[in-house]
Order: sequence, then C-alpha cells, then structure tokens
Amino acid sequence: MKVLVAVKRVIDYNVKPRVKMDGTGVDLANVKMSMNPFDEIAVEEAIRLKEKAGATEIVVVSVGPQKAQETIRTALAMGADRGILVQTDDEVEPLAVAKILAKIVEEEQPQVVLLGKQAIDDDSSQVGQMLGALTGYGQGTFASKVEINGDSAHVTREVDGGLETVAIKLPAIVTTDLRLNDPRYPSLPNIMKAKSKPLSTKAPADYGVDTAPRLETLKVAEPAKRQGGAKVGSVDELVAKLKSLGVVA
Amino acid sequence: MKILVLGEHAHGKVKDSTLATLGAAAKLGGDTDLLLIGSEAQGAADDAKSIGGVAKVLVAADAGLDHELAESVAPLLHRLMEGYDVLLASSTTTGRNIAPRVAALLDVAQVSDIIAVEGPDTFQRPIYAGNAIATVRSKDAKKVITVRGTAFTKAERGAGSAAVETVDAGVSNGVTSFVSAEASESERPELTSAKIIVSGGRALGSSEQFHALIDPLADKLGAAVGASRAAVDAGYAPNDYQVGQTGKIVAPELYVAVGISGAIQHLAGMKDSKVIVAINKDEEAPIFQIADVGLVGDLFKLVPELTEKL
Repeated sequence: MKVLVAVKRVIDYNVKPRVKMDGTGVDLANVKMSMNPFDEIAVEEAIRLKEKAGATEIVVVSVGPQKAQETIRTALAMGADRGILVQTDDEVEPLAVAKILAKIVEEEQPQVVLLGKQAIDDDSSQVGQMLGALTGYGQGTFASKVEINGDSAHVTREVDGGLETVAIKLPAIVTTDLRLNDPRYPSLPNIMKAKSKPLSTKAPADYGVDTAPRLETLKVAEPAKRQGGAKVGSVDELVAKLKSLGVVA
Repeated sequence: MKILVLGEHAHGKVKDSTLATLGAAAKLGGDTDLLLIGSEAQGAADDAKSIGGVAKVLVAADAGLDHELAESVAPLLHRLMEGYDVLLASSTTTGRNIAPRVAALLDVAQVSDIIAVEGPDTFQRPIYAGNAIATVRSKDAKKVITVRGTAFTKAERGAGSAAVETVDAGVSNGVTSFVSAEASESERPELTSAKIIVSGGRALGSSEQFHALIDPLADKLGAAVGASRAAVDAGYAPNDYQVGQTGKIVAPELYVAVGISGAIQHLAGMKDSKVIVAINKDEEAPIFQIADVGLVGDLFKLVPELTEKL
C-alpha cells in the first residue's frame, strides 16, 4: 500500500504575521517558515500506517518555491521515503494544487492520500475536498482517527457537535485534524539520512496544469485593532462593570 | 443573479448558521433558493418557507442524503448549479466538507469563510488566523462561497412565504458510507450562536476543576461553554468546545476567558466578541491586550465569587 502526503511550506505558526504597508499581502521576507502544522500530522499518520498497517512506501509532495525542498526534507527525515517538488514561484490556489495532486495520484496510484485539513496561511480548507472531486475518491475530512480494514478506511471526523465515523472505500483521501496524533521530531541521524533520499523536481507544466489565479487579491489589510480596556481590582468591580456595559442583568 | 443556499437543519428547524448564510445572500442580492436535504428535509421545509428572503425552498428528501456525505451531496449541487450563479454554504464542518468538492466539479475556485460582501464578485475574508483581512475578487462565472456565520445578520423567521418544491436527489455514492456518530451532550446553548460564552483554559488544571468552576458560572449566565485548545488537548473539555482558528469561530455579546493566556490561534476564534472579560493570574498575558475588562488573580477564588455575586 502506497501513501501520498501533501505538505505546504508556510509561515511558522508562532510568528505573528505583519501586513505589508502597501496592502499587497503579508510580509514573508526574512520570516521563519515551517511545515504547515496539519501537514506534520499527515506525515506522522502516514508513518504510523507504515509502521502498523503495512504501508510500503510514503511519497511526499509539495507545490511551491525551491525552498519548499526543505519542507520535503523534513518529511523525509520524519520517515517518508521519497519526495516530489512541483516547483513554482507563483502563488498557487487550492484548485490548481488539487489538479496537480490529481495528476500525481494518477501516476503514483496511492491507496491513501493524506493532507492537512487547512493551511494556516490562506486558511482555505479546500485542497483535500477538491482532490476528492477530481479523483472521484471518497474523502474523510477533519480526521481524528484513521483505521484501515482491508479495502476500506474507517475515518472518525471532528464535526460540529461531536464525532462522526465514515467508511471509505480505498483509495481514500484523508485530511487531518489536530487530535489525530502528535508528530515526531526527526532525529539528527534521520535528518542526515534524509539528505540522500530521492527528491525529484517537476513543474506545474509537466502535469499540464494551468496555475493562473481565479481569485484576484485586491487588498490585504490589518484587521480593526481592538483596544484593551481597563483592569478591575475585584469581583465586585467586575460585576458592576458588566452591569454598566449592559451585558449582564 | 440566482443564488442557491445549502441549508442545514435539525429537529425540523433550519439551523442558525443557515439563517446567517441567508443573511449573506441578502447582501449579495438576487433570487435566493434554499436547498434542504435528507429524509427529514420535508419537515424542516415548513420552518424554512417562512424565512425572509427565501424565494423557493427546494427539498431533496432522500435518505441517501442523510448524514450529508460530501460524495452524495456534491453531485446533486453540481447538477442544481446549472441553474444558479452562486452557491452559498455555511462555514460549518458540513459546508466546509461539501462546498470545495462542488467547486472542483464546477471547475471554479472557492472563496472560503467570507466575512463581508463588497460587491457581486468581491468579498472580504480573514487569512493568517485572522491577522489579516484579504479583499478578493472572483473571476469565475459561477461562484462557490462559504460564509462565516458570526459575520452576518441572520435572516428572520416569519418574514417570508416561499414556495416548496421537490427536487430529484439522484444519489449514487459507491465510495463512502456513514458508520456512526457520537454527539457530545449539552443542555446549554450552542457555542456558535450563544449570546454569552464562558471559556476555560489550561490553568483550570483538570477536567473536574473545569466543570466545577466553569459550568456553574455558565449556568448562572445562561451561557455556552467553550475551551482553549490547550484545555481540549489536556482532556479537560471535549473537542467541539474548542474556540479558535482550528475550532469554532464565535462572536457573542459577552466572552468570559478564564485561565486562557490568549495565543493567536485562540484570539482568531473570539476577537470579534462584543465584550471580552479575562480572568488570569498572569497580568502580562496577551489576553489582557484585547480584553475590555480584566481581572488579575487566582481564578479558583475569583470564579466562584463571581458566580455567587452575579
């Protein structure tokens, strides 16, 4: 069983993003970048499928700039076997990423495709579902548990109001939620070993995918600033303040 | 412009999230039809037809659409979209699961989680956990959009009289099936639509203390209970209590943050609340930078006192 994992290089989640003065976007120059946290969970789950459920090969894909190689190397150091970088300096929208992944799925024929439920930069939460539409595969989104039983996957999903379990015929697409697992840290020897694992570089054109954006970003602005109010000294003052604000009777 | 709204319903009622999505449809302007799906759709249609701004209620009362599996619902929406320009779905787990699948079938980009409509093709949406607001214009002929419920005024019940029409569901889903659901039980108001929310963080220390302190305060205020990711990860509260970028986005009248430091990921989920109260022993906690009223001190003493004095 082959597993395909899609990873994205994004701003590190601990960094507070700064909006550019000219309103064209968020300033990413000299900002620490990392693997999208949900994608780390996807890589970890792929490795666990290899350790427990007999997955034979893990292929990691990233669509992005040359530097996204580092993100793929991180996944290889965690335990993935091989990488594919679809290199482009343009910003690629979820639909185009899904189209590229669909072509790679066709080539590689994985039984399970793992993705994060959303990237923490564009917060779109679309690629996995779109890949489902393009391949016709079933989708287990926002997964907090994945079990492979023969030719199907039981995926427990985090939904509003609780949990839901669905059975998906393999090949299946799974997008990971936070509680699926705790990703491992790559060890130093594994980081060294990852350097010699195969990583091929492609371009969107190799897959015949047009990455021209369908959405035009007109402006990126800071959200309205919230002014913190005063601190109060006691519970009595707090209650009085809440009453004066009219939020409690 | 013809707009189709994917409706969500439970117990014969259209959900609040759908009322807010209809509010966004009203901002867009145009003829708005509301689609209800599943074997209980007919029952909910009675509620739906009185909602203001709805031109027609479409009912696809097929048991194959129960549980709203994306693989069953997306082809139906794809087919119905022949007659519409815009598909609106709520940014709920249901909407976010289904809408992108429809967008890809239509070969259009999706605009996720909009918070404002600036024109027929121009929308505002938060990116980077709400640290930036992007204004985007969709160049696609048909549009698929998900709507952040807390950002729009809900459509009103009793303000309309729509016709009800049945549509053919035509379900064929050979890839997924529903197995089971586990609802977290709560008699309190639903988190995303509550007027008041009391939220607990890691500082509560244990599940027992979380319930011993947060629950009575919430009950006193008639509030819903929320939690930070740290509290959920530590097992103090169930997953679906989580407020934040990766949990629920809320905007109540009053948000009481107890023992929550205020990480970016949490703030992304609640910073549009009208009044924010923070109770924390660390006076440097980032939550105080956005709180309207702050109280520094030991929450194990302050919260019971607050519960008593309200």
